[in-house]
Amino acid sequence: MNSNSAGSVVERRKVVLERLRRLGEEIYEQLDKGIFPSIEMPSRSIENIYYDTKLRQYVLGDKRVRRSVRNIRHLRSFTQLIWAALFSYELTSQRKTSTLRDVYYSAQAYEMSFKDQQESNNIITDLETVLGFSREDFNIFPEERSAVFGDLTIRYTVPGYEGKTLNLTSHPDGVMIGPALTSAEFVETSADKVIAIEKGGLFTRFIEENVHKRFNAILVLTAGQAPRATRHFIRRLNRELKLPVYIFTDGDPWGMHIAMVIISGSANAAHLRDLTTPDAKWSGVWATDIVNYKLPTDPLDEIDIKRLYELQRDPRYQNDPLWQREINTFLKIRRKAEQEAFSRYGLTYIVDEYLPAKLEQTK
Amino acid sequence: MSEATFEEISASDFFYRNRDIAGFSNPSRAIFAAIRELVENSLDAAESIMVPPDIYVRLSFEKNVSKETQIYRLRVEDNGTGIPPRHIPLAFGQVLYGSKYKLKQQRGTFGLGGKMAILYGQITAHEPATIISSTGSTHIFMFKIMIDIQRNRPIIMDRKVLLNKSGWRGTIVEFALEGDYFRAMPKIIEYFKQTAIVNPYANLTFVDPRGRLYRFTRATTVMPEPPKETLPHPYGVDVELLQRLIQITPHENMLDFLRNHFHRVGRKTAEKFLEFSGIDASKNPKKLSHEEVVRLAQKLKEFKEFIPPDASCLSPLGEELLRTGILKELKPEFVAVHQRKPATYSGHPFIVEAAIAYGGEIPAKGQFLLYRFANRIPLLYDEASDVATKVINSMNWRRYKVTPDMPIAIVVHICSTKVPYKTVGKEFIADRPEVRREIANALREVARQLQRFLSKKEHVNREKKRMGVFSRYLPKIAQFSTKLAGKEKPPDIEKLLRSVSRLELE
Repeated sequence: MNSNSAGSVVERRKVVLERLRRLGEEIYEQLDKGIFPSIEMPSRSIENIYYDTKLRQYVLGDKRVRRSVRNIRHLRSFTQLIWAALFSYELTSQRKTSTLRDVYYSAQAYEMSFKDQQESNNIITDLETVLGFSREDFNIFPEERSAVFGDLTIRYTVPGYEGKTLNLTSHPDGVMIGPALTSAEFVETSADKVIAIEKGGLFTRFIEENVHKRFNAILVLTAGQAPRATRHFIRRLNRELKLPVYIFTDGDPWGMHIAMVIISGSANAAHLRDLTTPDAKWSGVWATDIVNYKLPTDPLDEIDIKRLYELQRDPRYQNDPLWQREINTFLKIRRKAEQEAFSRYGLTYIVDEYLPAKLEQTK
Repeated sequence: MSEATFEEISASDFFYRNRDIAGFSNPSRAIFAAIRELVENSLDAAESIMVPPDIYVRLSFEKNVSKETQIYRLRVEDNGTGIPPRHIPLAFGQVLYGSKYKLKQQRGTFGLGGKMAILYGQITAHEPATIISSTGSTHIFMFKIMIDIQRNRPIIMDRKVLLNKSGWRGTIVEFALEGDYFRAMPKIIEYFKQTAIVNPYANLTFVDPRGRLYRFTRATTVMPEPPKETLPHPYGVDVELLQRLIQITPHENMLDFLRNHFHRVGRKTAEKFLEFSGIDASKNPKKLSHEEVVRLAQKLKEFKEFIPPDASCLSPLGEELLRTGILKELKPEFVAVHQRKPATYSGHPFIVEAAIAYGGEIPAKGQFLLYRFANRIPLLYDEASDVATKVINSMNWRRYKVTPDMPIAIVVHICSTKVPYKTVGKEFIADRPEVRREIANALREVARQLQRFLSKKEHVNREKKRMGVFSRYLPKIAQFSTKLAGKEKPPDIEKLLRSVSRLELE
């Protein structure tokens, strides 16, 4: 599965289509021989999710599950899986995209109704597991949208725009990281770093304050927890363009974890690769920043504290003393601060003082 | 000191004064009891000559008496044995006259049912009863009679003899009585329906005062073996019966007396018993003192070596007929029937038959429907006190995967030379341990059969559903994979579908 880091976007699509077609062929042949078709895939149960310290992300263990048509309990989900494979094949080969919501409704045209959105989402995750590709690779995108802004020229591969290029500074609100951008190829950039920002307000402030120019950076808005397409996009910026990545979030356990998922991925995506950026840095807002910058704060509530204790035990937080230090500081001060808290020192303070200091500190 | 006066009352007078004993306690109950007694006499009359009964009952309105009660005319016709003319006045005009004092299974046990109805009619409507009967001879005899209550004697008001050109055989009883049909109606209809269950070889027709016709048609002409008359079993006799036997016996020593008047007592058993009781074998029974008779009755009960009574005096319905009756009237999806081997309580032989019917037209009422029968008559009152109810309530039905919300009817039939009724009203069976055990064992057997049926049905349903799931999804998998693999022709899934249905048979 690690071989899925296919080179160009076009290559990658070819591989995905071939995988899907082969899946269909395997089932076809089993049926034709009078065998109950079955599919084997890694188990995604909790017991089979391990943290790989080398890859610095969650991975699935050796445990595998077999879905067999012989088992009446598997029959429905098996059929749904094959349908999803066919649906994805058609999307990808026709270079169309669809959302998880579309998948849910499209099934009804085949008299293959899903019970609910959750059931259809699960089937798509099954398909990801079987193929070892994420759903964006077979053109199914989530609803969430995030954005990018900065001096990066890309070349589209989507139908109607093939070959067209775009510089990502061309729109002052940033360019949405949607299917078209996700499948675009990178042409050139003058930037030497990537700054990922949790919140839209700050992203806009950074553009207004010319952060992209002053710090030679590509700005990425994660809009809360970064969608997979965005995580994959950040990884590509890091890998293909060799740009270091700095992440700015709110100063609370949730902001901290947004950074961690970009760096080390989520347990939910343990079956997938190419979504992590292990070398990315969490630059703030740290708990120690709250102390050092005397930021206006709110008290941590019960659920924040509970989350901190969870994160303390989380294997992703074990390797770097920074994380443990920050968790302990949060637990000590029992306060949290939003990125906007810097406005108490004036609207540009965060760009003029805080940002350069933190970029230097986390270099 | 005034002189006390003692007045002797006749049997008619006694029952007149205590009419609720026989079920004539109120106008609604009386009309039900009258129909019931006459129908049962008619069934007995036909069965005694092994003819499938044809019984026609008509109740017609005569006049209003009060707000609640009316005078009705009741007519019951049967195709039974008929009554020889010389017996007609006494058979219908004298209480406690009849042939029901021998030991064999019969519907009534007092010998007063029909007469009680006529007596009740006479004291409420003040009209003579009409009896028409023929034994199939050349003549039909018609009597109009009233009962002299104090003297317990029939008064013949009119008598006619007609030529029997068509060779008719049977009896017609017609008289007026006071009653409340509309309150009694549900029970009466229920009575006919249940009578039809337990007499599936009978045609029953009932025309009610509104002119509505209820017809219960026979589903078979097969009839149960008639009961044989037997001698009383030593365990079941009392001082009264002993004294009557002593009066009529021609035998002049105890050995012969025992051998000839008791059921299943031969020379050997009689000798052993006489030794056990210390009674001289050569003693003349007529010479026994009252104390000796009392002692004899007691010893008869104590002696352990009498052979249990045999069941030839019983006439159970049999599993096939019971099944036929239930299928015809309850129309269930499934019925299990079971007949127990003969058993005895206090020297009286009895047989329990039980059935359990499921589904079809049987309603789900949240509790089992219970149909109780004794000697082929339905018991419609006091269900909660009946031993069958107790047995049903104490059974662990979950063991049989049966719950009260299922559409289930339970039938319990007990037949005996002496049905252990709890009360003189003859409406429910007493809780005798022997009877309870037989009912419980019978119900367990039919419950097991029902359980087998239910699990088979569930299995079939499950397999049907299973097959449905496969035939729904396999073609889709075939369709999708064909397209996905870029093939033209879909794979052959018939083989797989066939193997699915083969899996079921295993």
